[in-house]
Amino acid sequence: MWPFFLCIFVCFMKNTMLGIAFQLEGVKMPKQQNYLPTQAEYQQLVKQYEPKRPLLKNCLRAFFAGGIICTIGQFFQWFYMTFFDFTEVTASNPTVASMIILSMLLTGLGVYDHIAQWAGAGTIVPVTGFANTITSAAIEHRSEGYVLGVGGNMFKIAGPVITFGVFAAFVVAIVRILVEKLGVI
Amino acid sequence: MEKFILAFVVGGAICVLGQILLDVFRLTPAHMTVTLVVIGAILGGLGLYEPLIEFAGAGASVPICSFGNSLVNGALTEAKRHGIIGVLTGIFEVSSAGISSAIIFGFIASLIFKPKG
Repeated sequence: MWPFFLCIFVCFMKNTMLGIAFQLEGVKMPKQQNYLPTQAEYQQLVKQYEPKRPLLKNCLRAFFAGGIICTIGQFFQWFYMTFFDFTEVTASNPTVASMIILSMLLTGLGVYDHIAQWAGAGTIVPVTGFANTITSAAIEHRSEGYVLGVGGNMFKIAGPVITFGVFAAFVVAIVRILVEKLGVI
Repeated sequence: MEKFILAFVVGGAICVLGQILLDVFRLTPAHMTVTLVVIGAILGGLGLYEPLIEFAGAGASVPICSFGNSLVNGALTEAKRHGIIGVLTGIFEVSSAGISSAIIFGFIASLIFKPKG
């Protein structure tokens, strides 16, 4: 039983590592190709006119927006811990569900996109951003019909999170169990 | 009351981390969220994420990293009960609330609201 799982695991690891490395390379270093001199000049020109990203301002905005969203989440958590029988850790489940409902309402009313434009990662990183991508994709593709439009496109943007989350969780859990079986911890 | 401040600070810090991934490392939002989920899963596997949730409350459980953590947690608790096959059967056990509510309410939203703009 064990060698079999180990074998599968090693194969998976090799492929994903290669895949991730390849992807990062593709995203981070698209300019490392061999350009003709004129093309290189053009790339320089493009770099010169590319608007500088205001890092500090963006980070401050992300901090405040994310902080406020998490404070709202903390309010829900406090609510569930005070009025229902939840502990600190188990209360995070209903909290996440409440945040998702809130985000779906805001997305449907068209408010969330305005906040997101201001806040950047502050609205993408919390789970509300995840709900926002699902809801907005569902609403956007509604004109294509409920089965092929809404059902088919709902996870168009949120899919990578679930795919990689589940796969990473699988790998991590297998590693953890292996390490425990081997008696390292 | 200090719980709220902790949630604000820790949640904000995780969002700043995301913003840095976007701006400095030039990742797309999708790559950024995937990176955070994988980080959360690894921290969950090392057993470091639960203490963070106990420390910061919603500041740690609302950002998307907690999704990776809850996937690992579900897999590990089910694996303790049923052995290695529990990794497959339990992976969505804890995070079911997030995914199912997102699907259900996303679908309801598409029934109610019309696209804007």
